[in-house]
Amino acid sequence: MTPPRASGYFRTQYAQDFALLDTRTQRAWMLLFALALAVYPFYAGPLALDLANQVLLGVVGAVALMLLTGCAGQISLGHAGLLAAGAFTAGILFKEFGAPFWVTLPASALVGALLGLVFGLPSLRLRGLYLAVSTLALHFIVIHLGAEYETKRGFSTGILVDPPSVGRWVLVDARGWYFVLLAFACAAVLLSLNLLRTRTGRAWRAIHGREAVAGALGISVQGAKLSAFVVSSAMTAVAGALFAYFRGFVSVEAFSLFLTIQYVAMVIIGGMGSILGAVLGTVFVILFPYTIEWLMQAAGLAERLSGVVFAVNYSAFGLVMILFLVFEPQGLVGIWRRTQAWFLLWPFRHRPLAGSK
Amino acid sequence: MQLAVNVAVLASLYALIACGYVLIYRVSRVLSLAHGELMMLGAYGLFATASFFPGHPVLAIGVAAALALAVGVLVYLALMWRMTGESVLAAVLATIALGILLRGLIILVFGTQTRHPLEALGFANGSIAVGGGARISTVGLVLVLTCAASYAALFAFLRLSRWGIRMRAAGQNPLLAAQRGIGLHGVYAIAWGLATFTGGMAGMLIACDAGLEGTMVVLGLKAFPAALVGGLDSLAGALIGALVIAAAEVLMVHHVDPLLSDVVPFLVLLVMLIVRPWGLFGSREELDRV
Repeated sequence: MTPPRASGYFRTQYAQDFALLDTRTQRAWMLLFALALAVYPFYAGPLALDLANQVLLGVVGAVALMLLTGCAGQISLGHAGLLAAGAFTAGILFKEFGAPFWVTLPASALVGALLGLVFGLPSLRLRGLYLAVSTLALHFIVIHLGAEYETKRGFSTGILVDPPSVGRWVLVDARGWYFVLLAFACAAVLLSLNLLRTRTGRAWRAIHGREAVAGALGISVQGAKLSAFVVSSAMTAVAGALFAYFRGFVSVEAFSLFLTIQYVAMVIIGGMGSILGAVLGTVFVILFPYTIEWLMQAAGLAERLSGVVFAVNYSAFGLVMILFLVFEPQGLVGIWRRTQAWFLLWPFRHRPLAGSK
Repeated sequence: MQLAVNVAVLASLYALIACGYVLIYRVSRVLSLAHGELMMLGAYGLFATASFFPGHPVLAIGVAAALALAVGVLVYLALMWRMTGESVLAAVLATIALGILLRGLIILVFGTQTRHPLEALGFANGSIAVGGGARISTVGLVLVLTCAASYAALFAFLRLSRWGIRMRAAGQNPLLAAQRGIGLHGVYAIAWGLATFTGGMAGMLIACDAGLEGTMVVLGLKAFPAALVGGLDSLAGALIGALVIAAAEVLMVHHVDPLLSDVVPFLVLLVMLIVRPWGLFGSREELDRV
């Protein structure tokens, strides 16, 4: 996964090459991080806990999009449509059949996978821009179907979904949600990291690099594209279903094009092709509006601009996205890697030229 | 008969918006998803000038049109020239980000309530009988005429003028064009300027007809299928594509379900992408270049 360290640590066994964390220091840090995550909800206030929940929920969707766009190189502008599909599957199954969550979640995944197949079919003929446009078209169609259901069944304001329950235990408090969402986020991250180390993941990276070469190496380009769409969409739909339960409410208004843009921004700002990037990007994008609000309060502008906070958010969000695209296309991960390199190479500024060890 | 008139008005609207997509794509291979916002900016520009020059509608319209042109050139000079030569995704995302930025700024400056630039200009929107029991609103008629005039001017510009020929050359092969001494940045800036100008005109006319508010952006997106159905690199195609999309939309809304209005263009788009992805009049090798 990670490149060999400059410190003289060399891998001598395959098992070391497979390991996700390959030095003792990394393992120690990871343990510390896991502990911090575990005790976080007991010390965080209600707002901090809600933010953490939003981030964890976002991570599932962002990782899914990262697999598709960052790793397999297939541009998708239909992410909100897929989230909506998952949320509506859960909502409709609950409303029409009273299905419990252990039915609705797998059903959402299944619907997501099927939709992924549909979203992925254009990718067999189209590339780049045209693919992005076809996924955009599918987004509008999924949203239309959702709106159609809402109006035809008389839920024009949205579908109310009861919180999931096991026996007498009902999942309502934020702390409970934190651990459930943490489990899903960890599962998504681990699944993606492991997938990327398998034949499938390497095939995705190969078609991202160059399709013709990937085909010449014996990779089924069509198969790899479709599998990327199916896996990513299934994960996204599960994220959508979780969203429905978390909010307790499903409505097409929540799945506008802006949601897609937010997820794409997570991937861009985080850094293309890196799961760590997806997580960092999610944290950034979710916390961003709250930071802006806090800054406005600190600057004493909050009262004057109280009616247009969301407009300020909008413009600042667009500006930050532009700044990242223009000045830091590698995203937050790029900054992180440069910082690492700075410490690794210190006191030198650059890596030695190739060839000299 | 009324249906035909509706189709004609909607088609000219789509065509006027779609030619912006085509111009930018044909010259610089960038898909501008900020077109809806730029269009809205043009309309708000008209509203601003109309309030700024009360009693001088012609002056207000002229200044607003010049502003739209300037904004397009500015967008290229400030942002998009950095994206020249970057990946398709980066350029498209930059336009999306620009769109969000503009939308936020517009709300910050102009607020969220619906505006009526036509009243600010001091005109009223009448309706004219065109025979067969059909009527067309004055603004609708102006829209059809503007669209026809814009397309005629654009065709003449691209075919006859020196800069138009440079634009076509840059679109065909940027490397060769640059080596023959064509300044690509200048050509691209003009393309952005013209695209924003035509989009801005469309925005102003819709704002005059239906009032001015944030939902106009969706209209900008709905015109994109028109550009693609006709072929993203063909100006004549955009005209035909707009006609196809407008006819499909008006007929579906009339005969099937009014809720379909937002989806029909994208359904047509999907069918087109499956059957003939390069569009009715587009060139086939476009697909492999992106």
